[in-house]
Amino acid sequence: MSEVPGLDTVATAHDTPDAPQPYAELGMAKDEYERVHEILGRRPTAAELAIYSVMWSEHCSYKSSKVHLRQFGEKAPENGALLVGMGENAGVVDVGDGRAVTFKIESHNSPSFVEPHQGAATGVGGIVRDILTMGARPVAVMDALRFGPLEADDTKRVLPGVVSGISFYGNCLGLPNIGGEIGFGPGYLGNPLVNALCVGVMRHEDIKLAQAPGPGNKVVLFGSTTGPDGIGGASVLASANFDEESHAKRPSVQVGDPFMEKLLIECSLELYAQDMVVGIQDLGAAGISCATTELAAGGTGGMNVQLEKVPLRDHRLTPEEILMSESQERMMAIVEPGKMADFLAVCDKWGIVATEIGEVTDVTPEEAERGGRLVMTWHGETIVDMPPRTASDEGPVYERPYTRPKDQDALQADDAAELPRPQGDTELRDQLLRVLGAPGVGDPTWITQQYDSYVRGDTVLSTPHDSGMIRISDDSDRGVALSTDGNGRFTRLDPYVGTQLAYAEAYRNVATTGARPLAVTNCLNFGSPEDPEVMWQFAEATRGLADACQQLGTPVTGGNVSFYNQTGEVPINPTPVIGVLGVIDDVNTRLRSGFDSEGSRVFLLGTTRPEFGGSAWADVIHEHLGGLPPQVDLAAEAALGEVLVTAAEQGLAVAAHDLSDGGLGVALAESALRGGKGLRVELDGDAFTELFSESGARAIVAVEPGREEAFVALAGEHGVPITQIGTVGGDGLTVTHPGGVVEVGLDELRTSYEAAIPTVMDGV
Amino acid sequence: MTARVGVVTFPGSLDDKDAARAVSLAGAEPVPLWHDDADLKGVDAVVLPGGFSYGDYLRCGAIARFAPLMSELVPAARSGALPVLGICNGFQILCESHLLPGALTRNSSLRFVNRDQVLRMENTRTAWTNDYEEGQEILVVLKSGEGSYVADEATLDRLESQGRVIARYVGANPNGSRRDIAGVTNEHGNVVGLMPHPEHAVEALTGPSTEGLGFFTSILSHLAAGAPAHA
Repeated sequence: MSEVPGLDTVATAHDTPDAPQPYAELGMAKDEYERVHEILGRRPTAAELAIYSVMWSEHCSYKSSKVHLRQFGEKAPENGALLVGMGENAGVVDVGDGRAVTFKIESHNSPSFVEPHQGAATGVGGIVRDILTMGARPVAVMDALRFGPLEADDTKRVLPGVVSGISFYGNCLGLPNIGGEIGFGPGYLGNPLVNALCVGVMRHEDIKLAQAPGPGNKVVLFGSTTGPDGIGGASVLASANFDEESHAKRPSVQVGDPFMEKLLIECSLELYAQDMVVGIQDLGAAGISCATTELAAGGTGGMNVQLEKVPLRDHRLTPEEILMSESQERMMAIVEPGKMADFLAVCDKWGIVATEIGEVTDVTPEEAERGGRLVMTWHGETIVDMPPRTASDEGPVYERPYTRPKDQDALQADDAAELPRPQGDTELRDQLLRVLGAPGVGDPTWITQQYDSYVRGDTVLSTPHDSGMIRISDDSDRGVALSTDGNGRFTRLDPYVGTQLAYAEAYRNVATTGARPLAVTNCLNFGSPEDPEVMWQFAEATRGLADACQQLGTPVTGGNVSFYNQTGEVPINPTPVIGVLGVIDDVNTRLRSGFDSEGSRVFLLGTTRPEFGGSAWADVIHEHLGGLPPQVDLAAEAALGEVLVTAAEQGLAVAAHDLSDGGLGVALAESALRGGKGLRVELDGDAFTELFSESGARAIVAVEPGREEAFVALAGEHGVPITQIGTVGGDGLTVTHPGGVVEVGLDELRTSYEAAIPTVMDGV
Repeated sequence: MTARVGVVTFPGSLDDKDAARAVSLAGAEPVPLWHDDADLKGVDAVVLPGGFSYGDYLRCGAIARFAPLMSELVPAARSGALPVLGICNGFQILCESHLLPGALTRNSSLRFVNRDQVLRMENTRTAWTNDYEEGQEILVVLKSGEGSYVADEATLDRLESQGRVIARYVGANPNGSRRDIAGVTNEHGNVVGLMPHPEHAVEALTGPSTEGLGFFTSILSHLAAGAPAHA
């Protein structure tokens, strides 16, 4: 028996092979539990069970999604820019001049519903540490958000909390928030989506990997102390093994300390610069379980850890709770013994607690074959002795059954083209203003003005422009642009096409600002994978994204899957959020979305078809979701992108704005408002279709007089349809069409555009 | 000789890089100063940048006041000898250090606000504002959660009568500051606190204007003139 009362050691596990274990309460299936027995040749200890249960959870193991995500690798286009692909904490792409960027988007949906402020805050913290872990300095964040209907009571709780959490954490880190998007819909009421993206910049030689090579190297935990936050399942183990009286109430949502994270960033970057770490991993989901197994599996395979050395903020924590704790702002480094003193000195300078908790060990060929050997002790007694690779890389993989939803045909047959259309100019005008002001289409300033967009002084573009853009350093004109997009309505109507449309929109947004799209990240938000109809949506969505990325030559560099976004049996509309990163050689050539140059000609690029399925118009005016989403034409997107990027490079355009939610009418209004100038537009076709269709591969561009010919020639060269539709000038938006004229003054446009969120949130 | 302007980094300072860039663009040499070293490195002037020093725990700026560096800075600033510009969190630190009167409290909206903000320059005789014209309106960045300037009525009256309000917000008051005050100076005119961020309006590419640069060129003019400023 163990010296420590209730401690479940490896020896105890041998002695009590039939002791009942709460694997089901930890979310583990019986066959998974049995597989652990097979791997270990005995029952797991409580600590081992803790490790396997979190590492094999859906969240950490991607067990339901893996078979589909493989396509991103299998169909990956040839792209010399990819320096680190999927599987690491974040992908890394070459952006030229010896510099690389790393970027990733990740969800923090469920915690943001339970406790919006802390849930969203720690979502930002987690993704920033992923980027830091790659060796990069985080330089910007953005976020994609979805909420229930704006007027719903719970939205008034969730939205301000999420926004204040992102604001509190991101602002305090000194990272500019350069964009993102926001949407509203009934399915998100109990399932808000908080997807946070971070981008970092580094030199090629600075790339760090999660690995623990070199026997004798030290395993160092640094950053915050470990507390009881974020421990969900561990309490089950605790109550099974320990006296319940000894346990305090445990919050299941982690609490963030951005000040500590800021210090951790500066401290880590200084450690990297002085070449003091050979491997590094941040502690996110599954905390120490994840960091130790992944580092060991990425190195020799061997590691010894003395778990009692972990600095605690609550001394009552059990070994299992320490392993599962998701306390924020912690990192684990592998350090050569000779560099330990200097490592600790740097941590001390930044006021960071750093503790050696173990070391890298050698393994025998037999142990290597089994997946390495991770040994953990608790005051001298062995509580973990397992092959780490079996937890980190060899988790279960499921081929979940999937089936096309029963209602899919009926949904697609319910064509939005049949909906009553506005009759006459008064109704056309009224509907334009209603769509323009709808939550999700209208002005997000109430939200975005709570975020610091200026800090670091390298923000070239931020909200409301089509993509966020960052100058990568003071001594270079090179920049990166980023956009995230997703449209749950389109994806619900056709997940394959809808996902490609999301990708195409992000691609187009990046190109519209003058940057060349280069690589992709994604956050796939879906309902339960155990529902075959949801799984079908997921399979279609991933297939759509992989195919699109292959066709346009932009590899997926990483991402995140969030399942179980559903209330009861009702899943959210499938909401893959796609992030596209592009590169611009000279940030001075970037295009903004405001049309402010009086007299410039306004051109429409692309083809407008009568496509209203899933459109903002159908949603806002008729609360209708049905029919097919707009066609996706990736070749047309690529050609449009080429025209926009070339026009920016050659100075042929002064401004550009992509067409998406709401169509041409909304885009014109936004460009007019942002430029502070009116637009006089003449449309040849049916005004309703021209203004509200959401056909893809379209953009509006402002071109100064004298350059029209060159611009038209450029579009022709790439086979992109082009129409001159108007001129910048006047006091408002004037749309003349064969049936009449629609006129709205800038003030009235602004009032409609800005009203929705402040009205509900401030009651003004 | 090029003027040397120190930029202090406290744990949690965020706009230190930006302040150093602004100093460079103005033509001076930025000198990094570390909160834990009681050493001003012989600089001619100091910028306390924005951020959340020490996590803004307790109160914004309250802990930074006790940093070893401040033990050197405060007496030199109080005597009128050392020009100091405190921006945002730096302004909060100057108030907590009693180098400037009043305090910065939570915005009246109770939310962080980031916006492009017009200021009217009111006292252009200080070490940090002499390159501006009195009454000139400039566009800079306001980004803060606790930017509402407060002081008792007598103090406000005294600041007004002594011309120590250096800049006011133009248009709707963005944060509830008393009398629209955006920045104040001490009786010598060498210490200036400003809630908005001039260092974010120094490049056309990244800022709303370049009109913030004047704060940084002003200190060069001031040092070149070789005389202490008078409020």
